[in-house]
Amino acid sequence: MASHSVIDELKKTQILELLEQGKRIDGRVLDEPRELSIETNAIPKANGSARVRLGDTEVICGVKIQPDRPFPDTGDKGIFMCTAELLPLSHPTVETGPPQPPVIELARVTDRGIRESHMIDVTKLVIEKDKSVVGVFADNVVVDYDGNLFDACSYAATAALLVSKSPKWNWIDDSPVLAEGEESPLPINTIPVSVTMGKIGNHIIVDPNGDEWDSMDARVTITSNSDGNICALQKGGDEGFTLEEINQCGEIAIRVGTKIREKLKAAQQAGQ
Amino acid sequence: MGGREATMVLMDENGKRCDGRTVDEPRRIMIKAGGLKNADGSSYIEFGDNKILVGVFGPRDVHPKHMSDTDTGILRVRYHMEPFSVGERKNPAPSRREIEISKVIKEALEPAVMLEKFPRTAVDVFIEVLQADGGTRCAALTAASVALADAGIPMRDMVAAIAAGKVADTVILDVNNEEDQAGQADMPIGYMPSLEKITLLQLDGVLTPEEYKKCVQVGVDGCKLVYELQKKALNDKYFGNKGD
Repeated sequence: MASHSVIDELKKTQILELLEQGKRIDGRVLDEPRELSIETNAIPKANGSARVRLGDTEVICGVKIQPDRPFPDTGDKGIFMCTAELLPLSHPTVETGPPQPPVIELARVTDRGIRESHMIDVTKLVIEKDKSVVGVFADNVVVDYDGNLFDACSYAATAALLVSKSPKWNWIDDSPVLAEGEESPLPINTIPVSVTMGKIGNHIIVDPNGDEWDSMDARVTITSNSDGNICALQKGGDEGFTLEEINQCGEIAIRVGTKIREKLKAAQQAGQ
Repeated sequence: MGGREATMVLMDENGKRCDGRTVDEPRRIMIKAGGLKNADGSSYIEFGDNKILVGVFGPRDVHPKHMSDTDTGILRVRYHMEPFSVGERKNPAPSRREIEISKVIKEALEPAVMLEKFPRTAVDVFIEVLQADGGTRCAALTAASVALADAGIPMRDMVAAIAAGKVADTVILDVNNEEDQAGQADMPIGYMPSLEKITLLQLDGVLTPEEYKKCVQVGVDGCKLVYELQKKALNDKYFGNKGD
């Protein structure tokens, strides 16, 4: 992800050999994600925040909520935006400067998963129709890299949104005026969970770590919502999936997603 | 940063400041050495409500190559604030303020790092401000010194930093956000206590010649306090279990 580090061929061979025996390099079974730990409200100055560790991948997300002008064609909806950035301290190969295509894809896939699940009910974020709406910005920063940033960023943003407290604004004299002391949780419809699977040879593995990520032939990220429906998907890498594999991935994403959703709910309750 | 309000009470009749501190009392400071897995050296500092993460890489090859120097290594510093680190969401692109702070921090660290030992290489220091509350450049410089030491890079000394300033006609130590906005002067100081050299010094605000001397003295004394905490952070990481 962070640009391909030069993984030695030996490690790639070893990963594949282990997979032939149904094992993974870090001892997990194929459909087992890494340990997920979520610390909410890590940044008290943000309206909501979370520091998430997925194995050795670490992401911090801060949510800022502030009045904004609506987009011209959607004056009856608030604004939701999710970004992701790889900080240069996350890996030796990350460089400063404008984001590279893989990072732009990361930000867009993270945004899409949450947006398309309709997690945030943006119709409830209108201060004055066509004039002023509430903007919700979830900014992810990757501080340590060990593969699978898609899921780590998605969990960080979702956890931060779940514990966010939104201020309230009233429309007075043609401008939004902050109502002191009136804070409420964001209008939440569902909890999206993204699950990324890698394909190495003919094997499908859940939540690839950094070494596995570098050895992957293809990957797919599937986001499911609280009802167990699939709401967003992104395939990547330069190999293909068979129809069977894609169906299998859909099932895995929903099954693994259900367990992770429980962790996000627990983090939400602990953080409120 | 922002206009100066005269209305705020920065010092009460008992000499207590707006956050309850005495004139020469710094905010709560917590420094941790290490923490990041991929960086060669790292540190985390909480300085009042500031939260800053620093990662160091190097000495390593220089890209682009033309930046390298055949006689010495080079130091590169990036100070960057997260969009959620301040009140209103900050544009993630580097601002002119961040570029200037990167430069002064780099120049404050250079005298401490023995770059001449590593010609043609670069040492990169990445400073990420997760939450800002006045005095970020001092907290960042303090943490950057610890991260460089954690990376095992030979150094002549560590740079400790804190701001002195003036509010309500009184010289104070460790200017917080309110005091920076509404106070009379803010003087960030970076100091190498063992070598007795000041490597970062800025000032905005008006001071009499006497106040100027006092400010520098108060700041240098403050740096010595910070220095002890820097050494403690490294001790805790590398010798933490000994003697317990």
